[in-house]
This record gives sequence, C-alpha cells and structure tokens, in this order.
Amino acid sequence: MADGRGPAGVVVAAPDRPTSTDATPAPPRRPAGGWWSPRGRERLLQLGFLVPAVAYLLLFFGYPVVQNALMGFQEYTTRTFYTGEAPWVGLDNYVTVISSNVFGTAMLNTVLFTVGSIAGQFVIGLGIALFFHRRFPLSGVLRSLLLLPWLIPLIVSGAVWRWILDQDNGALNRFLGALGVADDPGWLTSTSLALIAVIGVNIWIGIPFNTTILYGGLQDIPQDLYEAAALDGATGWRAFRHVTWPLLRPVVNVVLVLGVVYTIKVLDIILGLTNGGPANATQTIATQAYHLSFKEFRFGEGAAMGNVLIIISLVFALLYLRANRRALAG
Amino acid sequence: MNTRAHGWGYTAIGVLILAVMLFPLYWMLNVSLQPSGSAVGTPWIPLELSFDGYATALREQGRNLVTSLIVALGSVVLSLLIATPAAYALAQFKVRGAGVVLFGILISQMIPGIVVANALYNAYSDLGLLNSIPGLILADSTHGIPFAILIMRAYLLSIPGEVIEAARVDGAGQIRAFVAIVLPMSRNALVTAALFTFLFTWSDFLFALTLTTTETVRPVTLGIYQYIGTYINDWSSVMATAVLASLPAVVLLVVAQRFVAAGVASGAVK
Repeated sequence: MADGRGPAGVVVAAPDRPTSTDATPAPPRRPAGGWWSPRGRERLLQLGFLVPAVAYLLLFFGYPVVQNALMGFQEYTTRTFYTGEAPWVGLDNYVTVISSNVFGTAMLNTVLFTVGSIAGQFVIGLGIALFFHRRFPLSGVLRSLLLLPWLIPLIVSGAVWRWILDQDNGALNRFLGALGVADDPGWLTSTSLALIAVIGVNIWIGIPFNTTILYGGLQDIPQDLYEAAALDGATGWRAFRHVTWPLLRPVVNVVLVLGVVYTIKVLDIILGLTNGGPANATQTIATQAYHLSFKEFRFGEGAAMGNVLIIISLVFALLYLRANRRALAG
Repeated sequence: MNTRAHGWGYTAIGVLILAVMLFPLYWMLNVSLQPSGSAVGTPWIPLELSFDGYATALREQGRNLVTSLIVALGSVVLSLLIATPAAYALAQFKVRGAGVVLFGILISQMIPGIVVANALYNAYSDLGLLNSIPGLILADSTHGIPFAILIMRAYLLSIPGEVIEAARVDGAGQIRAFVAIVLPMSRNALVTAALFTFLFTWSDFLFALTLTTTETVRPVTLGIYQYIGTYINDWSSVMATAVLASLPAVVLLVVAQRFVAAGVASGAVK
C-alpha cells in the first residue's frame, strides 16, 4: 500500500526551498542552517501540526480513490479474499457495467433525482429564507426548529417517510383519502411514482440547509441598498431582481454546488425508502455501485461504477468552474 | 424590505410552515407512543399513551444505541485531535503546501462515500478491522475531520497573530502557545466542531452498512435499516427507535444554539 509513503513525502517535500526572508543562500531541500538549527526545528514543528491530518486524508480519501481506480481494472470478487488474486481485466468491468440494462436507468435516475431535488430544495428554501428575512415575533426560534429535519439521521427520515407513504395505512394516503382526491397511490411501490416520492422526501430533507445558508446570505445584504432602491422606485419584485438576487449570487452558487455534490452521491435515503426498487425505478449510479459491491460482491464492477460517479462529479465541477469564470469575465 | 418589524400574523404563517415541515417528526413521535400491533389506522394523536414501543426498542436496539454512542464519541475525539492542530497550522503558519492541503479537503467532499467504503472494505478485511469499533471510528471520521478542519480554521483565522507572537516572546514554545493560548481561546469553535462531528458520525449509515457484517458491532442506524428491511407489523417500536436515534439532534440543537449565541456575543465584545 502507498499509505506510509504519503505523509513522509510531504514532510520531506514541503520545505524544499528557503523562503525569501533568508538572506544567506542555503542549499536547496533544506531550511537555512539545517534541520536542527532553531529555524529548521521550528519548521519541522509547524509541519508536525499538519502531518496527522494529511496522513488521515491520504489514507481515507487518497488511498480509496487510487484503490478504486485500480480495482476498476481488476476482477475483484469474493474469491479475491481467499486466493489473494485479482486478475487484470482491462476495461471489462466498465464494459459490463455500462452495457448492463440498469446503467441507462440509473444514469437517468441520477440526473432526475439530483436536478429535481436541488430545484425543489432551492426554490422552497429561498422562499422560506425570504419569509424569515422579515422580522417578526419568535422568528429566531422557528428558524432554528426548522433545522431539525436536516439534523436527524437520514435513515431515520427514511424510516418515518416509509411509514407515512405506506400505501394502505400511510398518513399521506389517509389524508388524501379523507379529502377524496386520490385512490391510494402506491408511492413507494409503483414504478411510476417511486422516484417522485424519493425526490419529494429528499427535498424535505434539504430545505433547512438551503434556507439557513440563503438566510445568512440575505442578512449580509446591506439595508441601505434597499433604501436607495426604494428611492428609485424599486420595491418588492423589482428590489428582489435588482438588489437581492445579484448580491445573493455568490451564496446561491455555494448552495447549488454543495447541493449537487452531496445529492449526486446520496445513498441512505434511497436505500431506506425503496432499496433502489421497485424494478430499479429509483436505482442511481451510487446505489447501483453499492449493489454491485456489497450485494453481488463484484467489487471490481462496483469500483467501476463508483469511478463513473467520480467522473460525473468532476465533469460537473469543471463545467461549473468554467461557467463561473465566464460569468465573472463577462 | 425588513425595515419595519412585522406582527404576529407573520408568526402565524411561520408556525404553519414549521408545522408542515415538522409533521413527519410529529408522526414519528405519535406512532412511537401508540400501543404495539396497531398498524392499521394509527390515530392522529396518541389517544392511549403506551411506552411498549420504547421498551421493545431498548430491548432490541439498546446495545446498538450504545455502539453508536461509543463510535460517535470516539470519532469526536479522533477528529478533534487530528483537525485542531491542522486547522491552527493552516490558519496561522505560513506553511508551504497549505493551499494544497486546503484544496485536498475541498476535493475530499466530492468523493462519494461508496467509493471510500468499497476500498476500505477490502483493506479492513485484510487488517481485521471489519466489525470493530476502531474500524468504524476511523472510517466515520471521514464525515467529521474535513468539516472540523474547515470550521476551526475559519475561526482560528480571526485570532490575531500578535496574541500568539506575544506568548512566544514570553518564552512559550510552539506547542505551549497552542495548548495554553490558542485552545482556550477557541473553546466555542471546538465545541461547535465537536457537536457537529458527533452528529455526523452518529448519523452514519454507509460505513455501518458496509463495514459491519455481524451483530457484534452494529450502530443503531443499521438497526433501523434492518427493521424496515423486513415486513413490519409493529411500527411503534421502529418509530421509538427512530425517536431515540433522533434525540442527539434535538439535544444538540438546543445546546449548540447556546454556543453559537456565545460565539456571536464574544465576537461583539472584541
């Protein structure tokens, strides 16, 4: 494993050149006066503060990414645990995974789940943030209580909603039945409704986060800007369009990017509600990667699927960075 | 927009929004307090209070709750031990490569948990860390460490360098300045980081699901998942477990509120 080398490499590589404050020319790769001069020891000590964190990040983020990249090219199954052999198979795992029937569905579901969740969370979250931006009695208490759905474990939300959305005895269908508007739809058991239900639950989970961050952004907009805008006759919607929205844009960007990055890899809520079913109707790239590795024990294929997920995230991040740069330049 | 304070009419709308948002949690509490076995047509309010669900939950999941508690506390300790010095270094030292570390932390947030689990399962299997508390503590800290570094670095940036310089001039070494000056000053940031790390690891489901295979070490999140994975005829004990698993969030929301307020106040005094 590459574990031990990482942190040590950083220790050696980091102080490779003397800083500009060093008057005397020192040999490269060594701080002025050598490691045991007061300054060299100081540097070592400073690096010591960082070493545990760097070692941890390399072991628990760096190593898995590298290992997954390798496993994606290997036939890595339960047999590997006994024989210790994982033969190289080139692109076989990727071919198997991408040409399987589930892949197209999982890809589409991932996009629908991510876009639907983010759109719902953001619009409702912004609405609630704007509402709470007006001061009224108890607004602070209500706002902090609103955080609860976001703070409880996702699997708890999954369990609760599973019961609320139950076809025969769920609270939702009983409510709709009392209103006489629906005839017991199988929210989690119908292939046409399950994804919508899962997105709905995920929107519910994400609203508090969106509200909180956007509320913080709204608070940072100076009040006198609104007063100046009001003098020019811009109030209400026009004040929102010309003052609030442009100034909120940086915060909006943060919320949306974090939202996509977190939503694209969601596992808990889907497994808790539907396990990816019925008939893969809620299967995403992330749940399928889990399924391949930990249900079918085809770790190589699971790794390939996980790598697809990483690539999608990276492409999104790059597109986002480019779009943002263009927006700044334009 | 908010030049004038609004009246109780807004409070009423706010309560309504909150009622809709918190209904599922009310429902969880309601079902947990119903007599067991009444799967059909749960009353909208618990007419006859019953704690049978909690008795069953504690009997079947008590051990798992303790496991979750140990793992979460262990992860808080590990996360703070690793994250605090790093946050301090990133905020106050002009260390070469600090930018790379910071970038790495941000990138780490993009790595899907399932990718980490996939690799860790195989490594853990070799190292004998599957089904072990230390294994879970180490893995769960992936939820806490990057976050703790970022939140504490943001706070430590606000400590003026002169304060630390002054201590150094008085003869305190690097480590003593950190322990005697920096740590006490950043108590609120430490508490906030600890609370959220606890919450993240307590809520962990992915590593519980993938890195445990037997009943010996089983966090409560996995216990709930296994409840709902089978046909359920006693929802009251499932919901009682869900309520117990939500308690830290409720408690911490109250406690953290206090600490966030304290942080704001101390900032205002300076």
